[in-house]
Amino acid sequence: MLWNTILLAFREIKRNVMRSVLTILGIVIGVGAVITMVTIGGGATAQVKEQIASMGSNLLMVTPGKRLGPGQSSSAPLFKMSDGEAIAREVSSIAAVAPVSSQSIKAIFGNQNWSTQVTGSDNQYFKVTNRSIRTGRLFSDSELRSGAAVCIIGETVRKKLFGGQEALGANIRLERLSCQVIGVLEAKGQSTMGMDQDDIVVIPLRTYQRRISGNQDVAMLQVSVQQGASTDKAQRDIRLLMRERRHLSPSDDDNFNVMDMKEIAKMLTGTTQLLTALLSAVAAVSLLVGGIGIMNIMLVSVTERTREIGIRLAIGAFEREVLMQFLVEAVVLSSFGGLIGIVLALGGSVWLASVLRVPFVFNAGIVVIAFLFSAAVGVIFGYFPALKAARLDPIEALRYE
Amino acid sequence: MNMISFSQTDNHPLIELKGVTKVYGTGQAAMHALRGIDLRIDEGEFVAVMGPSGSGKSTFLNILACLDTPTGGVYKFKGIEVGKLTRSQRTRLRRFYLGFVFQGYNLLNRTSALENVELPLIYRRISASERHRRSLNALEIVGLKGWESHTPGELSGGQQQRVAIARAIVTEPAVLFADEPTGNLDTARSREIMDLLSALNQNQGITVVMVTHEPEMAAYAKRTVRFLDGLVVSDEENGRTT
Repeated sequence: MLWNTILLAFREIKRNVMRSVLTILGIVIGVGAVITMVTIGGGATAQVKEQIASMGSNLLMVTPGKRLGPGQSSSAPLFKMSDGEAIAREVSSIAAVAPVSSQSIKAIFGNQNWSTQVTGSDNQYFKVTNRSIRTGRLFSDSELRSGAAVCIIGETVRKKLFGGQEALGANIRLERLSCQVIGVLEAKGQSTMGMDQDDIVVIPLRTYQRRISGNQDVAMLQVSVQQGASTDKAQRDIRLLMRERRHLSPSDDDNFNVMDMKEIAKMLTGTTQLLTALLSAVAAVSLLVGGIGIMNIMLVSVTERTREIGIRLAIGAFEREVLMQFLVEAVVLSSFGGLIGIVLALGGSVWLASVLRVPFVFNAGIVVIAFLFSAAVGVIFGYFPALKAARLDPIEALRYE
Repeated sequence: MNMISFSQTDNHPLIELKGVTKVYGTGQAAMHALRGIDLRIDEGEFVAVMGPSGSGKSTFLNILACLDTPTGGVYKFKGIEVGKLTRSQRTRLRRFYLGFVFQGYNLLNRTSALENVELPLIYRRISASERHRRSLNALEIVGLKGWESHTPGELSGGQQQRVAIARAIVTEPAVLFADEPTGNLDTARSREIMDLLSALNQNQGITVVMVTHEPEMAAYAKRTVRFLDGLVVSDEENGRTT
């Protein structure tokens, strides 16, 4: 009997192919969007975790501003170069401290230009971020002290600006600053949040302060702790030192933040997860809208088929059999939409993952949940029209024109 | 759902009405469709119900067919008081004992003749092969052998009504109710349908209760009941027994 009902539902759907397709479009889009969002979000989160794991557990980041929540911070005085020097000098078991300031600037060479991340730092930066020079050399002490117009570029920048030409010794323009390329970094590939770690130009911090930012501020201090030493202790010591240097009284909250990799991971994944949740919620709304679409069409269908319902009731169909017929039809419709949505979402996720350069992480859980949800939408939004059909008076229904 | 037991009902008449009334609406607007009907129909009868429109004959048929319930009085089908049954119990009664033919044929569009005939058997949970066999047989009885795969749109009015009759008799009902079965047909087709109903009554022993307003069609029946203003005004045996 159920099999007959399902066959019947398929036949009814086939009779109105165009209408059925339009009806389930909402479900298709809803299911597709939810699965795509969750899959891409999951991929981004996995990537963040992997990247952070590869960076090692001995990195600390000191940023100005009070930590409020994932990705948020209040304004607070920035650091000076001397803050970094003080940490290196006074906190034990520190391997390296790199002051870092950066902003996005268009780099120009000849008639090529490329928008990239220009970072002002010193040679410690390469040590802290675990990078090495492939060709050329590091900054010299005198270049760092005097703020010379020299730069070390990442592989992506080299490719975009120079192509096959020799980069070493050439001059590239960064806004008003013309600087000589003295080194090219070893390629490192993708980083957290899909950023290309090779899309970078490093210049001496002093050069950055004088020629680009125009002030003496340092946006962030990256600290690496010696192998085997406690990052917790280093974190505590840096905090006490910075409180002292920033003249905070015991009652004041920190106006800076010392994060270890665990916290950074939490912050970054927190951001992606929040974003994923928000986008998924928006997508879920379209599932709801899809459900309303199904209800609408099922109501139309019940009205159109009033006579048929009358015949069925008159020749001995129980109310619940008519109810089941329309309910099954709604569920078949919505599940079909769900299936199409799943197929589209998986295809779309693979494509989007390659475009955004995040790994494609198949999430069986969300696929199953989205499918069950689409079927549930059919039950919920199909129930009222089906009940309406089942409750028809056969005499009235047979007279219906 | 309680099973309706008919084991104790063998000695009861097939259909028995006592003082059956039907009132639509209430108070001033109340419309008395039936004002007190006493009637008895036995197995094997062929009854024509006649009367002008508004005389209550359709209401009467709907009540007999367990599609509607009387407002007052008692309607017993095989001794079972229909007025006391729930909607689903009445559905069960229709499913297993009653067959219907309507004026407008009421076939499912875009569905083949065979599938239309199979429909009541599906609700009786009869296996596909058995359904097929019985439906083909019913179509053969109504003279539509070879037309099984045609949809109602591809059949003439007379043929559609034959399909409807096949659908009604495929379940081997105790009673066949027909509401103006020839209302939409020309005289020649009407005669064919009436010959078919007579044959079913004679050969298969199916009790037929038919509403009509055409005396010529009523003449095919063995008994004619005339309605006027919700009352039975005459009830007589027809001389003819074709």
